Amino acid sequence: MIDITHLLILGAVMFCISMAGIFINRKNVIILLMSIELMLLSVNLNFVAFSYHLGDLAGQVFVFFILTVAAAEAAIGLAILVVVFRTRQTINVAELDTMKG
Amino acid sequence: MYSIYLWTVLAPLIGAIAAGLFGRVTGRAGAHWVTIIGVAIATVLSFLAYKHVVVDGAPAFNGTVYVWGIVGDLRLEVGFLIDELSATMMLVVTFVSLMIHIYTIGYMAEDPGYQRFFSYISLFTFAMLMLVMSNNFFQLFFGWEAVGVVSYLLIGFWYQRESAIFANLKAFLVNRVGDFGFLLGIAAVLMYFDSLDYATVFERAPAVLGATIEVLPGSEWSVMTLTCILLFIGAMGKSAQFPLHVWLPDSMEGPTPISALIHAATMVTAGIFMVARMSPLFELSDTALSVVMWIGAITCLFMGLLGLVQNDIKRVIAYSTLSQLGYMTVALGVSAYAAGIFHLGTHAFFKALLFLAAGSVIIAMHHEQDMRKMGGLWKYMPITWVTSVIGTLALVGFPGFSGFFSKDAIIEATHLSDLPGSGVVYLMVLGSVLITSLYSFRLMFLVFHGRERMDEHTREHLHETPAVVTVPLMVLAIPSAIIGWIFVEPVLFGDYFGSAIFVDPDHDVLAKMGAMWPGTMQFFLGGFLHSPFFLMVLGLAIAWYLYIKRPDLPDRLVGRTQIVYDILVRKYGFDELYQFLFAGGAKELGGALWRYGDETIIDGLVVNGSARAVGWFAGVARRIQSGFLYDYAFAMIIGLLVLMSLGLFVYA
Amino acid sequence: MTFIQFLFIFFAVILVAAAMRVITVRNPVHAALYLVLAFFSMACIWLLLEEEFLAIVLVLVYVGAVMVLFLFVVMMLDINIARLRAGFIQYVWVGVGVALLIVVQLYLVFTATSSGLADAAPPVAHGAGYSNTEALGLILYTDYVYPFEIAAAVLLVAIVAAIALTMRRRPDTKHQRPSEQVAVRRADRIRIVKMPAEKKQ
Repeated sequence: MIDITHLLILGAVMFCISMAGIFINRKNVIILLMSIELMLLSVNLNFVAFSYHLGDLAGQVFVFFILTVAAAEAAIGLAILVVVFRTRQTINVAELDTMKG
Repeated sequence: MYSIYLWTVLAPLIGAIAAGLFGRVTGRAGAHWVTIIGVAIATVLSFLAYKHVVVDGAPAFNGTVYVWGIVGDLRLEVGFLIDELSATMMLVVTFVSLMIHIYTIGYMAEDPGYQRFFSYISLFTFAMLMLVMSNNFFQLFFGWEAVGVVSYLLIGFWYQRESAIFANLKAFLVNRVGDFGFLLGIAAVLMYFDSLDYATVFERAPAVLGATIEVLPGSEWSVMTLTCILLFIGAMGKSAQFPLHVWLPDSMEGPTPISALIHAATMVTAGIFMVARMSPLFELSDTALSVVMWIGAITCLFMGLLGLVQNDIKRVIAYSTLSQLGYMTVALGVSAYAAGIFHLGTHAFFKALLFLAAGSVIIAMHHEQDMRKMGGLWKYMPITWVTSVIGTLALVGFPGFSGFFSKDAIIEATHLSDLPGSGVVYLMVLGSVLITSLYSFRLMFLVFHGRERMDEHTREHLHETPAVVTVPLMVLAIPSAIIGWIFVEPVLFGDYFGSAIFVDPDHDVLAKMGAMWPGTMQFFLGGFLHSPFFLMVLGLAIAWYLYIKRPDLPDRLVGRTQIVYDILVRKYGFDELYQFLFAGGAKELGGALWRYGDETIIDGLVVNGSARAVGWFAGVARRIQSGFLYDYAFAMIIGLLVLMSLGLFVYA
Repeated sequence: MTFIQFLFIFFAVILVAAAMRVITVRNPVHAALYLVLAFFSMACIWLLLEEEFLAIVLVLVYVGAVMVLFLFVVMMLDINIARLRAGFIQYVWVGVGVALLIVVQLYLVFTATSSGLADAAPPVAHGAGYSNTEALGLILYTDYVYPFEIAAAVLLVAIVAAIALTMRRRPDTKHQRPSEQVAVRRADRIRIVKMPAEKKQ
């Protein structure tokens, strides 16, 4: 019997690690994409925790779909990364600033 | 009777519109026929109205013609009040206007703006009639403004002349100052009496008597006094009383017929008429009456003095008009309203006569107006000379002529009044008799007698002016001579004005005079023994001595009294003061508002400044768009942090 | 504490440690492997929560497909690792500080009395015959059929998008270009030549 608060705090910690990862990672776009996967993982944990505690299966169904979408998004994200690397020969985030104001 | 009054007003208006807007249809001669017929109809109808109300003694007609608008409780109407006072004024206005119309055929014969001129003077007649026939303040104000506008148009009739444009603008703006006071007065009437209708206002006057208003914090003023003084400020502007007198001499820039019509007989008398009409209000305020009296006295004496040093024939008569208006105002101040209106009537005739005679001289002298270049004209222009003599004798108050009766009545009334300061005022009006005589006879001697000072060419062409010019002169000379005899008793002591003029029994100097009245013939004979007569003869003697016997003396006198002479020539410096203070002040204010208000603040700060501010802000804000993905993500996280903080701590 | 709680803490520690290493390690391949470890520990935690189907799916889909894809891409891109690490500067502390703040705030949110979590009924432990797969399947194909279909469409779109983005054509391959085929005009294909008729001998 795992306390829900513990599960939620674990999820929060995962989320914040991934946020820090997005911010401190300035050299590597791949790590950025991985941080996004971590973020999705923490959200999934949240859903699962609530589904377990409230006895409602809708949370797990939602996790199912999140997994689907996360896979699709990872695929496309990596495809974009590949194309960017082809054109710019770099994956350094600090050099991708053509949208600068 | 109602339609008579309506047509009296409409006939000149239709004439004015026909001559003004349809000039091409009517042609040059048609223009003067249309307007003269219009004014002639008005004159005949005024005669009928006068006979009906004054001679036959019918009750006054007070009715609404047209409701222009209703604002809440306030009714803005066009209406007529035809009683003795307005019937008299109507007659004077239309008759003099008709004479001027006929005279103008001769005077403006060669002027390109012929039709325009007739249209304007007919329009003026309409406006003046609306003013005197009105039964409420609203229409009075309409007529007031309308005559001001037409005066502006007529003074600047020769609009290509810069001096004419200066003069018409000056007249309008000085009038505006007076009109501002007038409007405040009407507003006060509306506020305290709750109506603009004369009858209602006069009925409620005693009830408002005790009311006070706090104008400046801590000082309570009587409402009645304040209202009357404000209304009188309007009269000061329109009737050219001190200190709003500066426009009248400049108004001589307009053609002579309008100097006669507007600035002698009719428009300038609007103020006098208005005060007489408001007698129920003025009688309730001693302070206002004192103010009226003093302003009149100052105008009377000091403007007369200025007439002594003028060299332009029309300017002398202009200052004379100012001085005589002062007399009328003094009469109103001492509550001798009937005497004031009587003098208004006689003055209309003889002053118009004098102006038209001056115009006749100007025509004959080929538009030369400087008196120093005239002289000895009596041989060449006998009719003009004789009528001028009659007019001058009426002006100076020679016993028997109309001016004598009206002027001496005023002087006596001042003597009998016990308003504070009336003693000094009495001396001032007496002194003014001397001055009047002096400048009038100076004018006569310089123009018609003495050595002929004009050049040869002009002298050869000197001849009497045509009949269209001289016939009005003759027609106007008749009332100047005899009207005093007929009207003095009924007007001053009889019930001529009936209920049109209200006089408080305490102030009723005319009743006191009536008790001492020896009869018209006796008064006439006694006139030769009165002090005004001696002063008049003294003036005549001095003028004869200075301008006929020893014509070199005036210049030497000027040399001796240079300072006084300079003050008089510069008209006490009022023109310069107003030019500097008001015109210059307004210009400076406009310039300052333009430079600081418009250019610096509005253009620089608000318009350009807001654009610059937006640009600056955009320059700062664009740094947030770094182009880096992690910065954008971080911004989102910061936003999330802020929202969570708000949710946790502020909206808990 | 019970055995389950001990297991939970054990797996949680591994999870957090793996996550930390993902974001701090230099070599992207190592980062991907640490991510795999994180997924595995998460799957174990889900097993503890009696959601075995999702745990297996996590391993199969995420680790089996997505992480493999990551590794493919990482190794395909020829990245110079030495250049990657230069300058790990102060912005680290800002990011870490903000993250800590958010953790604290989330904790406050969870433990607030208004969330009503403490009043919820304790979870019911299922019996031995409970099949998470069957339960999920029962509701997935009845109540949530429509999102299911849409998820399928999403995956299709993802495939098409990924191919469309990265496909490079070799210049010498032959293939059809339908847009050009349709845009052809008669004048491009046919030329009429006037020839005199041949006389029969």
